[in-house]
Amino acid sequence: MDFGLSEEQRLLAQTLGRYLEVSISPARVREIAASDEGHDAVTWRGAAELGMAGILVPEEYGGIGLGMLDAVVAAEAFGYHCAPVPFLSASMASVALAHGGSEEQKRVWLPRIARGDAGLGVAVGGHVSRREGAGIRARRRRLHGKALFAIDSTAAAGFLVATDDARVALVSRDAPGLSIEPLHTIDATRRFSELQLESVPVDGWLEGHEGLVDLLIDAGRVVLAADMLGASQRAFDLAVAYAGERKQFDRVIGSFQAVKHLCAEMAAELEPARSLLWYAAHAFDAVPEEASLVAAHAKAHLSEVGRFVVRTATEVHGGIGFTEECDAQLFFKRVGVARSLLGTPEQVRERAGVIQGWVAA
Amino acid sequence: MDFDDTREEAAFRAEARSWLEANASPLEPGETNPGLGESDDPDTIRAAQAWQAKKADAGWACITWPEAYGGRGGSPIQSVIWGQEEGKFRVPPNVFGIGLGMAGPTLMAHGSDVQQQRWLPKMLRGEEIWCQLFSEPAAGSDLAGLRTRAERDGDDWVVNGQKIWTSGAHYCKWGILVARTDPNVPKHAGLSYFVVDMESTGVEARQIRQISGGANFNEVFFTDARIPDANRISEVGNGWAVAITTLMNERASIGSGGIGGGGGVKDLIALAREVRDERGPLLENAGIRERIADYYVRTKGLQFTSYRTLTALSRGQTPGPEGSIGKLVAAKMRQDMASLALELQGLAGGTLDPSLAVQDAAWQEAYLWAPGMRIAGGTDEILRNIIAERVLRLPPEPRVDKELAFRDVPTGSQG
Ligand SMILES: Cc1cc2nc3c(=O)[nH]c(=O)nc-3n(C[C@H](O)[C@H](O)[C@H](O)COP(=O)(O)OP(=O)(O)OC[C@H]3O[C@@H](n4cnc5c(N)ncnc54)[C@H](O)[C@@H]3O)c2cc1C
Repeated sequence: MDFGLSEEQRLLAQTLGRYLEVSISPARVREIAASDEGHDAVTWRGAAELGMAGILVPEEYGGIGLGMLDAVVAAEAFGYHCAPVPFLSASMASVALAHGGSEEQKRVWLPRIARGDAGLGVAVGGHVSRREGAGIRARRRRLHGKALFAIDSTAAAGFLVATDDARVALVSRDAPGLSIEPLHTIDATRRFSELQLESVPVDGWLEGHEGLVDLLIDAGRVVLAADMLGASQRAFDLAVAYAGERKQFDRVIGSFQAVKHLCAEMAAELEPARSLLWYAAHAFDAVPEEASLVAAHAKAHLSEVGRFVVRTATEVHGGIGFTEECDAQLFFKRVGVARSLLGTPEQVRERAGVIQGWVAA
Repeated sequence: MDFDDTREEAAFRAEARSWLEANASPLEPGETNPGLGESDDPDTIRAAQAWQAKKADAGWACITWPEAYGGRGGSPIQSVIWGQEEGKFRVPPNVFGIGLGMAGPTLMAHGSDVQQQRWLPKMLRGEEIWCQLFSEPAAGSDLAGLRTRAERDGDDWVVNGQKIWTSGAHYCKWGILVARTDPNVPKHAGLSYFVVDMESTGVEARQIRQISGGANFNEVFFTDARIPDANRISEVGNGWAVAITTLMNERASIGSGGIGGGGGVKDLIALAREVRDERGPLLENAGIRERIADYYVRTKGLQFTSYRTLTALSRGQTPGPEGSIGKLVAAKMRQDMASLALELQGLAGGTLDPSLAVQDAAWQEAYLWAPGMRIAGGTDEILRNIIAERVLRLPPEPRVDKELAFRDVPTGSQG
């Protein structure tokens, strides 16, 4: 058995972490979060130079062609720094194009993604749940309907749109009939829009892979789980550091067992979650028959662990944890929205139950 | 014990309802009143004051307060009935919680007749709003470690220091203040309790932005601010005992849902009825129903506990440390409920757009406020300590700071 990160992966984490440390400070995160686009083009470009934007893009299309576990390592770093960059959509689009795109589609889009140019937003919400009250119908190469919560929408040059009959269409941002309404969510470091499509011409279909929508969603769930892990890890680190500094009753608060136990509980939740996530990443590339199931498990579980950790981290901070000024809030909000993205824990567990044969679809 | 309205209670309820019908409009189904949350714009405050004055004129403000202060002299159960009925109408947020729920009862317990007459009637009418100046940057859980100094100068006290997390300081007229009047005795013994005019010179409030986006609480700086000795509550050096009265009342009122805003379990049920997936309303989903049912039962437990607290109050008792249980349970449960409410809305749960988020995004606000409610008025951990040490009588943790003179406590002497 050999289950752990390779030397290269550890190096990747370190290199990206160091870069983000400098490039995207919490102060800069707040600045970007307050902007209209909510997208840090400079950091994204720099990450692209490190190969991170094209981490899942095959080398022949300008990427570095690594696997999902590498993407997970990168996503954790992006989450750890609350980076307002479109890594989630870039990963999902890379997987979709690499598996299902035509040669021409790959040639047009993959190098752009790898360079960190404006990429593709992803609209698959209607496929995760009908609950969003949306739906996209295709008639004669035109799309009609509404897609809520297109991911990474503000800085995208086009969109991957999943239709009700589970096909994936490419639509350009300036297509006639497409209106893009930005949404305000609790987490301003990730941007979503509502897409209204009135007879929008399809640029092309991604037809090269059976079940592409599911693959796309699985990839997104794994990457998002990793982002939540990173965000939680940061909230946890902040809390532990604070517990070691803050004094009340003439003692460092970390010397109270109540506070010690809160910190230890967070650690006890995080470590097994990390292992589960690594396995999900491994399965995505190497154990296709398990990939969907463990992607769902990882997403649902990291949502729960993430919620517990960010809440507990706030609690350890006391009053200051409830302020805008305290960095912990950035992660509280990041996890708050990621938790429901690509399926709430309950929806995702339901999906896992179906895959496991516990219930009928 | 009896939970049906008696004949008198039914009559009281009918009277309350007919007054409300004549003076307010009922909530639409699914509509909720805004929480205390972001309610600090001048118009909202004026509206809240107008509503409070109107109630006071008709004898509906402070059902249980003595008539001498403008109250109704009614029973706790009448107060519950009034709350139930008022909750069905569209009314401004209650910005008077700190005054009516905390400062008022403290003044009744420890203030002189003159002090009670001076402050309670205007407090009751909402004419003067109150805030609580307890916490300091270095004294939160360890409130008795506070460093703000009050020094006697003739008929006045001269106050220097800093408070923090003072909710509403930027729009309040009066503040209840605990300050150190004697650093030469152990920390709990050197404190005194004052009422400070927030408009006096040397008192400056600066708003702090919280994670919910609003800025309801403040840092308050005292620079040679003068408080007349007539505004001291109880004896010099008895501040800790007075402060405990305030804190017990604070916990009791948070625990019984008086502070914190956000929807209740009824709103959660309405939400789960309204939102559907491909199989129908989410309330029909067994997993979701089970969670809501659990909150329902717990809410009932808390509700009946608050009736017990009210009964104790009506018998003239101060809420005891067991009031901490209500606050501990309620704050955590509200956080869980808000989280579930967001999830039920799917991704729309993350939005702040009232057009997408149901019930006017009230749950989103509750979600963002929830971590604060687990901290305000005593953190979960402090409340657990109180329950373990004061209610269960388990031995306290060893402490080094309690018996030393405050100036000899290593961190205490720095400020
Ligand atoms: C929304 C909100 C409104 C507020 N409004 C007011 C107000 O109007 N007026 C006012 O005076 N104050 C107000 N407060 C302040 C509140 O009372 C304090 O924040 C609270 O008492 C905690 O103090 P602290 O923030 O200094 O945290 P700390 O005391 O520093 O606590 C940090 C962490 O250490 C833990 N801890 C500390 N001591 C112990 C111990 N002995 N054992 C175990 N764990 C311990 C705490 O549980 C917490 O997890 C408000 C706070 C909030 C969040």
